[in-house]
Amino acid sequence: MLSLIKEMLSYPFLVRTFVVGILVCTCAALLGVSLVLKRYSMIGDGLSHVGFGALAVATALNRAPMAIAMPVVILTAFFLLRMSENGKLKGDSAVAMLSSSALAIGVMVMSFSNGMNIDVYNYMFGSILAVTRNDVIISVLLSLFVIVLYVVFYTKLFAVTFDETFAKATGTKAGLYNMLLALLTAVTIVVGMRLMGSLLISSLVIFPALTSMRLFKSFKAVVISSAVVSIVCFVVGISLSFLFSTPAGATVVCTNLAAYLLFCLLRISPTV
Amino acid sequence: MALIKCENVKLSYENKVVLEGLDFEVQSGDYLCIIGENGSGKSTLVKALLSLKSVDGGSITFGDGLKKTEIGYLPQQDGARKDFPASVGEVVLSGRLNKRGLRPFYSSEDKKAARSSMEQLGIWELRKKCFRELSGGQMQRVLLSRALLATSRLILLDEPVSGLDPVVTNEFYKLISELNKNGLTVIMVTHDISASLKYASHVLHLHSEKPFFGTKHDYSKCECCKEFIGGEEKCCH
Repeated sequence: MLSLIKEMLSYPFLVRTFVVGILVCTCAALLGVSLVLKRYSMIGDGLSHVGFGALAVATALNRAPMAIAMPVVILTAFFLLRMSENGKLKGDSAVAMLSSSALAIGVMVMSFSNGMNIDVYNYMFGSILAVTRNDVIISVLLSLFVIVLYVVFYTKLFAVTFDETFAKATGTKAGLYNMLLALLTAVTIVVGMRLMGSLLISSLVIFPALTSMRLFKSFKAVVISSAVVSIVCFVVGISLSFLFSTPAGATVVCTNLAAYLLFCLLRISPTV
Repeated sequence: MALIKCENVKLSYENKVVLEGLDFEVQSGDYLCIIGENGSGKSTLVKALLSLKSVDGGSITFGDGLKKTEIGYLPQQDGARKDFPASVGEVVLSGRLNKRGLRPFYSSEDKKAARSSMEQLGIWELRKKCFRELSGGQMQRVLLSRALLATSRLILLDEPVSGLDPVVTNEFYKLISELNKNGLTVIMVTHDISASLKYASHVLHLHSEKPFFGTKHDYSKCECCKEFIGGEEKCCH
């Protein structure tokens, strides 16, 4: 066991992966609780597809991927939020429409330029090898930004998640905190895409929250448990993927699935 | 001066006018019941009073230094929070949020206030329990406690007893009545007309033609009250 850890940490790219991954997992898990409870879990999925489309366009234009994807995804997050608030389009169908369109546009743009190149493939399925030093610095900063804002506004986010009408009626600016939630989610997804791939990043948002909700009954306990479950699953997943040479992103998602099933079992077992 | 004064208020819902020419006043210490058939605009009026919706005509003014955000609100039970993991303590404490401003976390003062409110309503023992696992009556007490933390002056209850059994309903009415005697102004939207005649000081009956507003005494003499209870008479005012 110890020698495995030692061996893994001797690869600089794995150290980078752990640093970025653990931070991104924490962000995703924290935000995930509110997103799942507000029935916004599809937004994470939609945003990752939009992010992919934006990346494809950025690659075709030979621009820095993050610089294009970040504003596009943030704007989309605000747009989706606005749409589901107005009730013009039912949330889930709106997101499904948007995400498949973005994916399709991304693929079209690529076929016009130079076909599926390695970079785009990496963004789709994630690649731990693709994490560069610069990525680490940007990701760490952005993740810390998300975590700090989440902690500072934790009480407000709880109130807005639990009962938006009451929060609004008693003078909490619910619209503002919904936007904050959308902004933080967008940032987390763009940062996490490189690592997990746009097809899998949304699972990091949804899984830990659902898993924790099996067992815990207070909001705080669910939030803390989500973060812990998310980090543990990530570390175990990456280790397994290192041991058995399986794709990193998919292994992490499977570990999350296993954790979910485990929590379901714990819930029905009478000893707990 | 009145706490709330509505003058010639016009409200519409999805571009359809549901209320027009509505005049009423709520004085400090009043217990006002708002009644009316389904679709008579009760919920729309509630939204307007909570400043969640703007009026399409006339004005709603707050007096006596009552701020727009000083209305404690007990929402209608809609089952939307059925799977929400939140402890009773967390829910109650969130009522203090409007006193926090931009400061993060709750202070020990907030927690003390939450404790005394929970003790007053007999739910302190439930504080660690999960909100979704409470009975209907307990849930209402928790939400009431939260609302009372948000304000000590005016509380707006939206059909608070729907879904409660008669015993719990009576207990709840008594509780509200006690709070009212201690100086809390109460506005309650309800279908329960006999209870409103028993406890309320004023009645606002929303009606498609002309809304009735007056004291309980005047209302019980008015024909439209009898009609609402079950008579056949035409409305008088």
